[in-house]
Amino acid sequence: MVGQVNAPASPALILPPYARSMGMELDRIEDGIPVLAMEYSRIAQGRPGYLHGGAIGGLLEIAGFAALRAELAQRGTMMRIKPVNISIEYLRGGVKLRTFAMGRVLRAGRRVANVRVDAWQADRDKPVASCWMNFLLSPEKAD
Amino acid sequence: MTDKQPSAPMNFQLPDGTQFDPVAGARMMNSHGHTGFLGIEYVGHGEDWFELALPWREDLVGIEETGVLASGPIISLLDNATSMSVWAKKRMFVPQVTLDLRIDYVRAAVPGKTVIARAECYQIRSSMAFVRGIAHDGDITDPVAHAAGIFMLVGDGEWSAK
Repeated sequence: MVGQVNAPASPALILPPYARSMGMELDRIEDGIPVLAMEYSRIAQGRPGYLHGGAIGGLLEIAGFAALRAELAQRGTMMRIKPVNISIEYLRGGVKLRTFAMGRVLRAGRRVANVRVDAWQADRDKPVASCWMNFLLSPEKAD
Repeated sequence: MTDKQPSAPMNFQLPDGTQFDPVAGARMMNSHGHTGFLGIEYVGHGEDWFELALPWREDLVGIEETGVLASGPIISLLDNATSMSVWAKKRMFVPQVTLDLRIDYVRAAVPGKTVIARAECYQIRSSMAFVRGIAHDGDITDPVAHAAGIFMLVGDGEWSAK
């Protein structure tokens, strides 16, 4: 059970303890990219009746990581990835529904990867939040 | 300045028509929902700043092999601390929502160490509050993360829901 979600042992699908605690899970794979999902629960609530911005941010980040790992795995390159920064736009209040998030790798070079992630609930055309993330890449065995 | 105090949301049971008590407010917030789950604690506050702590916990880890905290809880910590710095500066509870939040992860937090966020509200306009914050694990001059964000001040009706 060590970080593996569902059957395929793809590096993109290993979720860390934080993600598992929050009930984040792989919903499906879309065009080779994992779509993450998180059920609304008390532990994700911020202001009354809405998701906490940090819980949404956390889901965005996990989806961003997963998208980047999937992209690197498809290329057959294993890299260590480290988040450098994130900038989140909160577009709508996250209501008491299942929340989805999926990333898109704009560019993954030798040292830096730039990723966009969107989160939505019932209607994919009405995102609740969106972010960019930058990652530092280094060879797997470095340090 | 506080003559148009918005009524406090029932769910947090802040006494109506009283000034925001930062310590009681933080205790209330920290026992609820996501913030309660993360175990965020009140550290201190001043005229325009607020300080909260996030003790390390195994189930909040982001890298299993090293025990480094996930960045999600650090977003939540900085979101809360910056948000409460607005209430500190306003000296009252104001309903607000995060418009945007940018976080630079300067370095990984040391596994096992409590992460502290010190946040400041440096400007309030009629509908927006501008905030910044630093997360560190003991030495503020050696930060773990740096945050900048904006909160939209909203009406009571827009803030909470059943």
